[in-house]
Amino acid sequence: MKKRISVILLALAMVVVSVAGCSSGTTSDKSDVVKAGFLYVGPADDGGWSQAHDQGRAKMVENLGGKVETIVKENVPEEKSAVISSIRDMVDQGATIIFGTSFGFMDGMAEAAKEFPDVKFEHCSGYMTADNLGTYFGKIEEPRYLSGMVAGLATKSNKIAYVAAMPIPEVIRGINAFALGVKAVNPDATVNVSWTNTWYDPTVEKAAAEALIQQGCDVTAQHQDSTATMEAAKEAGKLSVGYDLSAATTMPEVYMTAPLWDFSGYYTDAVQSVIDGTWVSDQYWGGMNDGIVLLDDLTALAPGAAQAQVDTAEKAIKDGSLVIFSGELKDQTGTVRVNSGSTMTDEALLSMDWFVDNVVGTLN
Amino acid sequence: MEFVFFLSAAVKAGTCLLYATLGEIISEKVGHLNLGVEGMMQIGAVIGFIAGFTFGNPYLAVLCAALAGAAGALIYGVLTVSLKANQVVTGLALTIFGIGFAAFFGKSFVGKKVPEAIVTFFQPIKLPVLGDIPYIGQIFFNQSVYVYFSYLLVIAVYIYLYKTKWGLNTRMIGENPVAADASGIPVDRYKYINIAICGALCGLGGAFLSLVYISIFPVNLVSGRGWIAVALVIFAMWNPGKAMLGAYFFGAMDIASFWLQKYNLPISIYFFTALPYLATVFVLVFTSIRKRANKKEPAWLGKNYFKEDR
Repeated sequence: MKKRISVILLALAMVVVSVAGCSSGTTSDKSDVVKAGFLYVGPADDGGWSQAHDQGRAKMVENLGGKVETIVKENVPEEKSAVISSIRDMVDQGATIIFGTSFGFMDGMAEAAKEFPDVKFEHCSGYMTADNLGTYFGKIEEPRYLSGMVAGLATKSNKIAYVAAMPIPEVIRGINAFALGVKAVNPDATVNVSWTNTWYDPTVEKAAAEALIQQGCDVTAQHQDSTATMEAAKEAGKLSVGYDLSAATTMPEVYMTAPLWDFSGYYTDAVQSVIDGTWVSDQYWGGMNDGIVLLDDLTALAPGAAQAQVDTAEKAIKDGSLVIFSGELKDQTGTVRVNSGSTMTDEALLSMDWFVDNVVGTLN
Repeated sequence: MEFVFFLSAAVKAGTCLLYATLGEIISEKVGHLNLGVEGMMQIGAVIGFIAGFTFGNPYLAVLCAALAGAAGALIYGVLTVSLKANQVVTGLALTIFGIGFAAFFGKSFVGKKVPEAIVTFFQPIKLPVLGDIPYIGQIFFNQSVYVYFSYLLVIAVYIYLYKTKWGLNTRMIGENPVAADASGIPVDRYKYINIAICGALCGLGGAFLSLVYISIFPVNLVSGRGWIAVALVIFAMWNPGKAMLGAYFFGAMDIASFWLQKYNLPISIYFFTALPYLATVFVLVFTSIRKRANKKEPAWLGKNYFKEDR
């Protein structure tokens, strides 16, 4: 008997903990208010990717005044079932447009789009579309190229660390753009890549960054959602290029600049079009000209020569005279992938699976 | 030289495993298989972080983590020692509870940074003389005080188990509680104390992760390391010295991928991520094939002692 009571108590304790762990959203019965749902892969204050989306969301709410309410789900696992159940919950709460902000949400969103044909879905960084499922993304490689120039000028050991999440085209494209930026100012420097297989795990990210620093890298860059890479650089007294959000105030010891996202404009337009009833599924891919991606202001830690060179290159990117992925580009084995004078097509960019020749790392 | 840095990082990565393994050795020596290691590490990690974040004092943070781990272990103790519940099921429940506990109380701290005072306190310190030994110095004696404390703990656990009367009694209970009881040893009291020590050490292992190993508090920090520690106990054959070796071996597995990637090996990176778990399976298979009398588990491991059955 005693045993049974204790087992019941333990079970109760676990139920309490798991129920309390569920997140709650704001609800209201006003029918003229559009409800927008947001799925984040990490916490909304991760200091990176999800926070960039959340800032865009907050700005959008501000821009649209009382016309919109938002429901946020944090730490959504990149599993179909978890994505679908999160979406069902949001639809139950009245969401009519749902933004999924991680690549791994794609399958779940595609299925949910079939289940709820009246709800609009917007998936960031994916490629699956439907009448009620659109995609949106930005050419982060443009500011990444510029941040590569800063790193290339800053490195003394000519070895730059790059802690990267998953070997998918989006990340590979970013690494290659960064490496080409490095090459433009410092042909001797290499970009040393370490994969973590996770978008957000500060433990793993820091261990990966420490390993690269011990191998002689003196500048770090990252395609990760936390600031753990910069923490490792700080402990070792190195310099960093961030990602997603400005770390000028949170990491002043190491931070030089970062390629940044600004989703506020896109979210405002998308939700406004739902309010107006003009929303259609499309595949948005904006660049620096659209303001969805930008390079953060260089800090005092960035090399003095960097500002002028970055400004020139930024201008050239914006007016179209500088195309990042234009020939001649060789891969790691020395094979010419893009001939001199030609540029890569969007299809080739979206399925990129090779590294340019100044990258050290594996793609298996 | 790079290999030396790799080994140094392996020692650091293995330290959380070492704490937990030492704890589980003590618990198993008294006959209690506690599969709640993962849960107790989670509890220690989150309470250690919260205490450190709130008070900014490293001693207080570590103390709170140890006490929280011990408290978690006492839940297990009450259920298995006094109420004679099944040890395996109770341990599993403790793990599930610990993960939920950490998720619930850690939620509002996710993304928060370890306070500067604690980071400084646990910075690697190069020991005089020992730190100057070539290779060995860099690997073992250029570490955080938290790591140094684990070295002392290995010796302390060895002395406790094999050189003291308490340790002898503890081992006797694990081998034959009937005889121990008959000779006047307070069996339940010994069990409670050893189970609590196990919890405190697991809590310390978890707090190593949250206070030293990382800088930013993540979701699900321990992520399976507790299970590796349980396997390590068998790998180490209940020997604190071998536990040290095993912990560093698995620490090395944990970080191997970051150091091997640059060699462009024709192996998938996902294989490296799976390495620690594959190694766990091999170790368990290997050790279960080779059975020797003096290297077996305590005879009463996993069995509850009913005084009335004597």
